[in-house]
Amino acid sequence: MKSVIRLLIPLCAVLLALLIGAGMLLSLGADPLSGYLTMFSAAFGSVEGFSETAVKSIPLLLVGVGICIAFRANVINIGGEGQMVMGALLATSVALTFPDVPSSLLIPMVLLAGAVGGAFWGAIAGALKAWFNVSEILSTIMLNIVAVQFMNFLLRGVMIDPAEVARGTGIPQTMRLSPHADLPILIEGMRMHLGVVVALLVAVGAYFLLWRTSMGFRLRAVGFNPDASRYAGISVPKNVTAALAFSGAMAGIAGAILVFGSESHRMVTDGSSTGFTGSAGFNGIVVALLAGLHPLWSIPSALLFGGMLVGANALQRAAQVPSALIIALNGLIVVFVVSSEFFKKRLLASGRVDAEAREENTLQKEKADA
Amino acid sequence: MDKHLVLSILVAAIGAGTPFVFAALGELVTEKSGVLNLGVEGMMLVGAVTGFIAMTKSGSLLLAVVCGMASGVAMAAVFGLLTLTLMANQVASGLALTIFGVGLSAFLGLDYKSFSLPGVNELPLPLLSELPVVGKLFFSHDILIYASFILFAGVSWFLYRTKAGLILRGIGEAPKSAHALGYNVIKIRYMAVLFGGAMAGLGGAYLSVAYTPVWVEGMVAGRGWVSLALVVFATWRPARVMFGAYLFGAITIAQFHIQGLGIEIPSQLLSMLPYLATIIVLVVISRDAKTIRLNSPASLGITYHPEA
Repeated sequence: MKSVIRLLIPLCAVLLALLIGAGMLLSLGADPLSGYLTMFSAAFGSVEGFSETAVKSIPLLLVGVGICIAFRANVINIGGEGQMVMGALLATSVALTFPDVPSSLLIPMVLLAGAVGGAFWGAIAGALKAWFNVSEILSTIMLNIVAVQFMNFLLRGVMIDPAEVARGTGIPQTMRLSPHADLPILIEGMRMHLGVVVALLVAVGAYFLLWRTSMGFRLRAVGFNPDASRYAGISVPKNVTAALAFSGAMAGIAGAILVFGSESHRMVTDGSSTGFTGSAGFNGIVVALLAGLHPLWSIPSALLFGGMLVGANALQRAAQVPSALIIALNGLIVVFVVSSEFFKKRLLASGRVDAEAREENTLQKEKADA
Repeated sequence: MDKHLVLSILVAAIGAGTPFVFAALGELVTEKSGVLNLGVEGMMLVGAVTGFIAMTKSGSLLLAVVCGMASGVAMAAVFGLLTLTLMANQVASGLALTIFGVGLSAFLGLDYKSFSLPGVNELPLPLLSELPVVGKLFFSHDILIYASFILFAGVSWFLYRTKAGLILRGIGEAPKSAHALGYNVIKIRYMAVLFGGAMAGLGGAYLSVAYTPVWVEGMVAGRGWVSLALVVFATWRPARVMFGAYLFGAITIAQFHIQGLGIEIPSQLLSMLPYLATIIVLVVISRDAKTIRLNSPASLGITYHPEA
């Protein structure tokens, strides 16, 4: 019964958001039913569509899994955007420095570099919180903006494609990166690449980290009750930093995959953060919240939001419906998911209240007996 | 640097700081009642777009301001419903509000992309504006900047000189005691949240109607988050919010002038400056855990259950 409620309530939240989205579609003069059908069939109706959806879901899943770890340790990481950017920058510079290393070595190297870059950026905010008491919500946001400007600086400066300088066009992008670092395509003729496998492995790995290792136990303990953890000899500052580093590492891998799984095989900026990340750093939070902060439930959750992105593009082509609608819809889903916590607690509590009442009765009886 | 340059930087800093003044003073009142609303960025964006649309359609500044504030209130009402009535987590609800606001504002502003407005005329106050230095600094602005001065005076007076302000602060410190004394904690918190929303909406509208004045998607560009940081920076005091807002405005303006002086620093590194400064200031303020504990409202961010 419990698990049914846990599953049913987020689904209701999504459905409710889609219902309001239908109203918005109507206001734009589009038929909601056929609109949603267009979206669904574009995202999940064919192998090609599903391949697109899977690719779009990769950064959402990775960031979302990272958010699960951070939120479990009671660390609010809103720095996914900046961590993705820093991961991508470090991974790109590794590929630029060692272009001749064979694929079997270079691909793990760039993914690792992505993780290190993101982890470093996350750990800064973590250390500031752990030792200087700085709210991580604020520091991660500020670090996002710093990272984006740093990316613009590098891609317009030392990392710019020499051909762009020679031509005088000066588009802020790197040269075509070493083909040895291209993520292999999984199915011939489609876009689905190795990144999908990496993301799934990371999600499973995060599950094991959180619930099957002592490291994960410490992270969750610190999130659940820092005072009790301190008494038990767990270092709260270290684990807070570690949580943000893990979270950042996953966002960093997402950034690296965005570069090496892209069709242009370059790192490009349009000056804003969303131009590179597609807002995955923020939408990953939505993915994690819908998944109830569980790494494995994040997989279907990420597929849902990835599918919405693919569907939104199709809808834009078919009915000239702006894709901004989908961003608003994402927001609505979070609003409903957050509010559904109330009903979930109510429903789950109705069972618990009985148990508590019974317990109280026995306690009183024992007292009376004594 | 000559005197005129310094003065013109300071005057510009007041303009650049004004969106922060509105949003941060609103958030200050919300937080003083014990509610942490992380949705400032989203509320500002929605305020910016509705204010901009109203201004384009009607040409009336008053209507633009009212629309911006009303949409901020509407967003804040959603937040209030989530956190005060449904008792949802304040951090998650605030994030949800921001993500929703980003999407909603982009959606509403589709037909107005890169439109621009003539801006708002300056309104030098007679006599006062002719005073040396002070006249230029404080009395030669547009009407919304004067409104922000009045807002500052009003908020300071309300919080520290009225009974209602005392009750509001009391609810932020000890909601249970306030409840026991017979005050309606939820109702008063609702009012504080709605006021915060109105001010965030106004800050957004100021940005799109008077300061820039164009509509670009995501134009608030982190100002809502900086406003949240300013409240911490100010250790929850209105006068320090003003100081912080203008300081931040000055750093923003200074980056343009540093280049003008011929100092060779890439513009991207300069535009990091305000945000790096924020982080450093936060480190200095927060380093001593006691400063935060003594100054922040004791029940900040904690959900209040009336029946418990």
